[in-house]
Formats: sequence, C-alpha cells, structure tokens
Amino acid sequence: MDLGPYILLASLEGAITAAVLSLTAVGLSLVFGVMRVVNIAHGEFFMLGAVIAWWIAHSFGGHPAIGFGVALVAAPLIVGALAIAADMTILKRLNYDPERTIVATIGLLYIIQQMTLMGYGPDARPVEAPFNTRLAIPWVEYGADGWAMIWPWGLGTTSYKLAVIGAAVVLLCGVWLLMSRTRFGLVMRATQADRDMAQVFGIPVERVYALVFGLGAALAALAGVLIVPIQQAHYLMGADPLLLSFIVVIIGGLGSLPGTVLAAVLIGLSDGIISVFFSPTLAKILATLLVGLVLVFRPQGLFGARSE
Amino acid sequence: MSGGARVIALHGGLIALLFVLQFVLPAYHHGNLARIMVLASYAVGYNILFGYTGLLSLGHALFFAAGMYGMGLGIQHLGLTPAPALVLGLVAGAVVSGGLALLALRTTGVAFMIVTLMFAQAGYLTILYFGEYTRGDEGFVIQQAQRVLWGIDLSDPGNRYFAALILFGSCLMLSLWLVRAPFGKVLVAIRENEERVRMLGYDIFAHKLLAMIISGTIAAAAGASYGLLFGYAGASFASVQYSIFPLLWVLLGGAGTVLGPFIGTLFMFYLIDLSSGVTTAYMLIAGVALVLLTLFAPQGLMGELRRRVWRGLP
Amino acid sequence: MTTLLATRGLSKHFAGLRAVEGVDFDLPQGEVRALIGPNGAGKTTLVSMICGRIAPSEGQVFFEGRDITALPAHKRIMLGMAYTFQITSVFAGLSVGENVALAARRRLKGAKVTPAVDDALARVGLLDRKTQEAGDLSYGHQRLLEIAMGLAQSPRLLILDEPTQGLAEGEIAEFKALIRELAGKTTILLIEHNMSVVMELADRITVLNFGEVLAEGTPAEIHANGAVQTAYLGGTHASA
Repeated sequence: MDLGPYILLASLEGAITAAVLSLTAVGLSLVFGVMRVVNIAHGEFFMLGAVIAWWIAHSFGGHPAIGFGVALVAAPLIVGALAIAADMTILKRLNYDPERTIVATIGLLYIIQQMTLMGYGPDARPVEAPFNTRLAIPWVEYGADGWAMIWPWGLGTTSYKLAVIGAAVVLLCGVWLLMSRTRFGLVMRATQADRDMAQVFGIPVERVYALVFGLGAALAALAGVLIVPIQQAHYLMGADPLLLSFIVVIIGGLGSLPGTVLAAVLIGLSDGIISVFFSPTLAKILATLLVGLVLVFRPQGLFGARSE
Repeated sequence: MSGGARVIALHGGLIALLFVLQFVLPAYHHGNLARIMVLASYAVGYNILFGYTGLLSLGHALFFAAGMYGMGLGIQHLGLTPAPALVLGLVAGAVVSGGLALLALRTTGVAFMIVTLMFAQAGYLTILYFGEYTRGDEGFVIQQAQRVLWGIDLSDPGNRYFAALILFGSCLMLSLWLVRAPFGKVLVAIRENEERVRMLGYDIFAHKLLAMIISGTIAAAAGASYGLLFGYAGASFASVQYSIFPLLWVLLGGAGTVLGPFIGTLFMFYLIDLSSGVTTAYMLIAGVALVLLTLFAPQGLMGELRRRVWRGLP
Repeated sequence: MTTLLATRGLSKHFAGLRAVEGVDFDLPQGEVRALIGPNGAGKTTLVSMICGRIAPSEGQVFFEGRDITALPAHKRIMLGMAYTFQITSVFAGLSVGENVALAARRRLKGAKVTPAVDDALARVGLLDRKTQEAGDLSYGHQRLLEIAMGLAQSPRLLILDEPTQGLAEGEIAEFKALIRELAGKTTILLIEHNMSVVMELADRITVLNFGEVLAEGTPAEIHANGAVQTAYLGGTHASA
C-alpha cells in the first residue's frame, strides 16, 4: 500500500480509538471535575465492561446482536452499581480526601483486576460483533491513464467500526445534554462549582457524588462493551485506557468536558497516525512524558482556561 | 531507661535479632529474610519522603530501577566489578531522583503523585524500548562469577544474608539518625505545615529536594543490592507495581516511624508469599490491604503503637 | 530614627478586586505600630506582601533601605523578619520545645539552641510544658507558643497577625506585658482587633480601609479622627 491510503486507514483506526477514548476520558473527567477525585481504578471499569459483555454474550445464544444488545444496557448498569457501592463504602468514608482516595482507588484497581483474574481467568476472549459487513474504501490515484479510482487491498473498514464512532458521538451528545439541559446536570455543575454552597442550598452532595462516580464508571464500561468485538476481553486490558484517559484529561484541562473531547479526538487520531511512523513504545514514552511536563508547567491543561 | 537509650536499644535490638536469626532459621525463611531486608531498605528510603516529608510519590520504582540497572548494566556492558558497579547504581539513583525532583517539586499533592507516576512509567517504557541492552521484560542474569565483591561470593546464601543485613542496618541507622537530627525535624515540620516552616526562614524547596535525593538514593542502593545479591535485573522492577509496593509496606508498617518500613515489608511479603501458593491473583491481597489501611488504619502498625503505647517512638 | 521597613505604591489585585492599593508605609526602627481596619480592609494581604508570602501586583518593599521586593519569603526571614500566623499554625505533632527550636535554629547552632528555646518559652510562661506535644496544648497556649517561636527568632521586625484572638483576659494582660518588655528593642508591627490592646501598646497606628491608608497617627490622634470613626470604629455594623 502507498503512504496515502495507509494514513487514511490509520486515521480511521484512530477515529475508533478517539471514539472509545472520549467516552472513557469523559467519565474520568466528570469524576475529577465534580468530585476532585483522581480515580486510578477507572481503567478497571472499562475492563469490567468488556468482560461482562463477553459473559453476557456467552450466556445468550442465538444471533450475536441479542447478547450484545443486552450487554450494552446491562454492563454499564452493573458496573455503575458497583462503582456506587465502592463510593459509598470507601470514598465517602475517606471524606474524598484527594491523596487518600488515590491510594484507595489503587487498591480498588488491584481488587477488581485480581477478582476478574480469579473469576474469568487469564485468557483473552472475543465477542462477536452484532453486525460486521466489510466495507472497502476507494482511493484516487494518478496513473498511466490519468486520474483513476482504485480499491487498494487492505483499505477498508467494517460497518461495526463505523457504528462505534456513531454511537460515541450520540452518547457524548447525550452526556452534554445531561449536563446542560437537565436538573441533575445543574445539580452536578453546582456541586462542581462549590461543594459547600451546594450543600447549603440543600443539594444532597453525597448522593450526587455517588451518582457521578457511578456515571463515570458506566461510561467507561460502555466504552469497554463497544470495543470488545474489535479487541477481545482480557483482565489486564484496563491499563492502556487508563493511561490514555489520563493523558486526555490532563491535556484537555482537568474537569473540562469540551477540552476532554477535543483532546481525545486529537490523541486518538494522532495515536493511529504516530504508530505508523514510530514504535508504539516510543509513542507511549513521549505521551507519558508529555503528561508529566504538562502537569509541571501548565497544570490547567493545554486547552483549559486559566481559572481561579 | 531514658527515651534516647530506649530508642537505641529497640533499633539496635532489631539488628542484633536479625543477626542471630541467620543461624537458626531454616533455609527457606533464611532466603526470604535476606530478600525482605533488601526490600525493607527500599521502604526505608520511601518512608523518608512519604512518612517524614509528607510527599506521596507513585514513582519510586524509577529510583529502585535506576540503582538496579546502573549496577547491572555496568557489570554487563562496561565490565565493571561489583564495587564500582554499586557506586554507579547509587550515582544513577541520585541523579535520576534529583532530576525528577527538580520537575516534580514544582507541583504538590495530587499533581505530584501523577507527575511521579508518569515519569516512572516513562522510565519503565524506556527500559523496554532499549531492550537490546536491557533485555526488556525478560531481564538478564548476573552470573555468579560477576558477583564476587572483595573476594566474597555474594551468591552464597550466608554471605548474601550478611550483605543484606549490612545494607538494611545502615539504612535503618541512617534513617534513625536523620529523623532525630535538625534536618529531619525540619522535614517533619514541612509535612505538618509547609507555610509555617517557610515563614521560619527555611528554604522549603531545598529541603524537599535533598529529602527526595536521599530517599531516591536509598531506593537505588536497595535496587542495586537486590540485583547483585539475587543475580537478576528485569523491567518488572521498574513497573508501577514496584512503585506501589513501598507505599503499601510503609502504610502497613506505619508511615513516619523508623521501624514501620521493616514491619510492613515483613508482613506483606509473607502475606503475598502465602497467598501466591493458593492463587495466581495474589495481588488481591495488596489491593485489599491498601483499601483497608486507608480506611481503618492510616497510621499503620507502628503508628498505632506510637499512638497507644509509646508516644516518643521515632 | 532610621526607617526599618518601607513600602512604596504597594498594590495587590485579585482578579480585578483591589485588595491593597498604592500603600506607602514607613516603619521606623524600634516602634510598635498597630495596623487596624475593618474586616477585608487588606491588612493581612499587606503584611503578607511585606514578608513575602504573596507577590505584589505593583510597588516595592524596602527593608533597611534595601529593595527586597524580589526576595523569596525565607530569605526575608533570614534578614531579620518574623511573622506569626493569624490562624494558629504550630507543629501539632512535635514537642513544644522542638517547635521553638525549629525557629531558633535558623540563627543559632548546637549548644546555643537550648538556652534560647528555654528563654523564649519562659517569657511566654510555657517552660514547664516544653516536652508536651504542641497539639495537646489549649488554644490559648498554642497562641502563646506561636509568639514564643517569633521571639526565638529574635527578629528585628516582629509581625504579629491578630495575636490576642481567642486569648482569655488574663492571657491578654500577660501578652501586653510581654510586648512592653520587647518595645524599644524590637520593632513590632501588630495587626489587632482588640482596641484596648492597640491603644495601650502602639506608639503609632495605621488605619487601612478598602486597601488604602486612611489615616496614620498616635493613638490619641486616631481616636479623635472623624474619618476613622466613620470607617472603622462606628462602621462595624455598616461594613458587610
């Protein structure tokens, strides 16, 4: 394949990374923005989404779309409920102290990951996509007969991959509507702006925190369900989304939703394209260094406005 | 006994006990204890920054690995003998911790934790990236012939135990001396109220910088010794897990107590050792311990002892 | 008398809010000066800029004629300033003696530390509590410990931010005696709400209102000043 089609393919793959990453990172960003909690276990909620999707798809026979459809609804609900339970039993009792909650979520990370290892095992297992039509993509090239449309071998995608991108866009719009148009969104924003003031105005802050933590986890789980037909479910698969979400949230400006989505698209796309030219390890080294340096020199993020 | 004499008796007593134990322990526990003493030295280093200065680093594996690879690569690729290789490991640890400190100390709290985590992760990935020299995840073995220090074969269990005891004893005494010295008191004061210390005329940044270099260099000493005594260097020692371990050990034993790191390492080592006989998911123990400690015993074992029984315990 | 501390055009703006605006302030050596003003007048902001806790938006600070505007806080302390906090900030986990020793060790080394610590503690009446943990002291005693830390620094300029807040009547009387003993030897800048303390101790008073110097003079002059009456003494209900 020539470089042109190759980059187009890389951008398509990058768009899928970006779609899944936006969902995961928005979940992390919500939790950080509203609760000021850095959730190190966030990647494990993503992994749980994928593993539960496998488990549900495996339990339901028949057309793959049935199991997948159930998983799409059930997995985020189960994971969200688990997260709410974790919030009420652990984070709330720590009074959301920033440093202690980080240590506790590290513990939570190992608990979820190792319990999955015990229950689900060390294997990577696939889930069949509900629909998976191959779509070839044409490319225009200047040849002996002038401009011609060709169908390079290997340049293509599947209907499912496009659907993932579509689903992510719809879900992100949903989150935006939830934040900007509903009462719950208003309550969340009020709590984010000033926790004590919200409490004074009768907002049940603790309940809001529990719901936000559940919502953040559910978004990660949803991303996990969406990715599992492409990537397989494995008990260690939470590490990469966690790292990438961190990069996105920190570069996008801590707690800013538009910044987070913008950064997710940029990181997702460039991840696809950079890995064409560099080794993935080098790309990851550069990305982690970038996050560290952004936190040191521009803690409000590259896109975030200077506030306070 | 006066407070000072009791302190000396307690800490000297532990070292004497460890000295005697080598003659009575069965081989399996003898080997374990040598390993625990080296890892506890790592925890002692971590405790200086976390327990006494109040800076929670999630990236100490970088310093442990700097020592281990400084020593290991020195032997493997520069053909050094153990003594200069150990020095190279220590220098690597001091340089890396000083460098990271200059960046990370511009941040505080949560940002400091994430910055140290990120740079340590970058260090881990760098070890993988240069797999040609470091052998990546697989790691490399340091041959028995390369582990003879001043005519003493460090692969022999008896010598190894003794070397580990010397390392641990020095780290423990250094830490005890440090926290009783004026410099250590300033660190504790910084932990309690940084702004007040500044307004007493102390240069906070310089004190934190020095604390981080001392902490990182002790971690590097432990890493270099671990590689030399057990004959192996691998990338897993640079992974996030090895940054979490000292935090866990120190939290369990009691942050800001001199003996806490050893007690925590001892307990956690045996907990994980016992559970790994039952399941591959032995890190579950670590996770549960982290959550329970943060929830119910943030002071750790020695911290509780200090609170209830012996208030002056250093 | 030589001027120990001076500010010229010192201002601090927080996101458009003028907390302190163009303050010219001179403090001669050896004087006890009180800084008063309604809540939010910018008193703590002003002294925070003087001792380097926050950077000014504009203006300069001079100490013994030297421009120290760019100097970090800890270096200003080493020049001979001391600042005691409005909110009690002793090191709760350390002993009373160690708290004062931390302050004393910036200028003394080795065997000279202990006598200096004992002296400072004796002057505030806490010597018998030297080995107690500071966190176990009563609130009033913690305030006194805070002052002892300031004394142990043996500063040329001692800045006290509301030192009598929360002290009992008897303790306030002891505090007054302590300051009278220091007066003349040490230059003192005192932020204070308790008017009896101000009137009895201060050589001169500076009144701050809305970030600007409203008046300056002897206690008698300030007492008679109509503008001060309106802004401060009579304005306590008016200021919101």
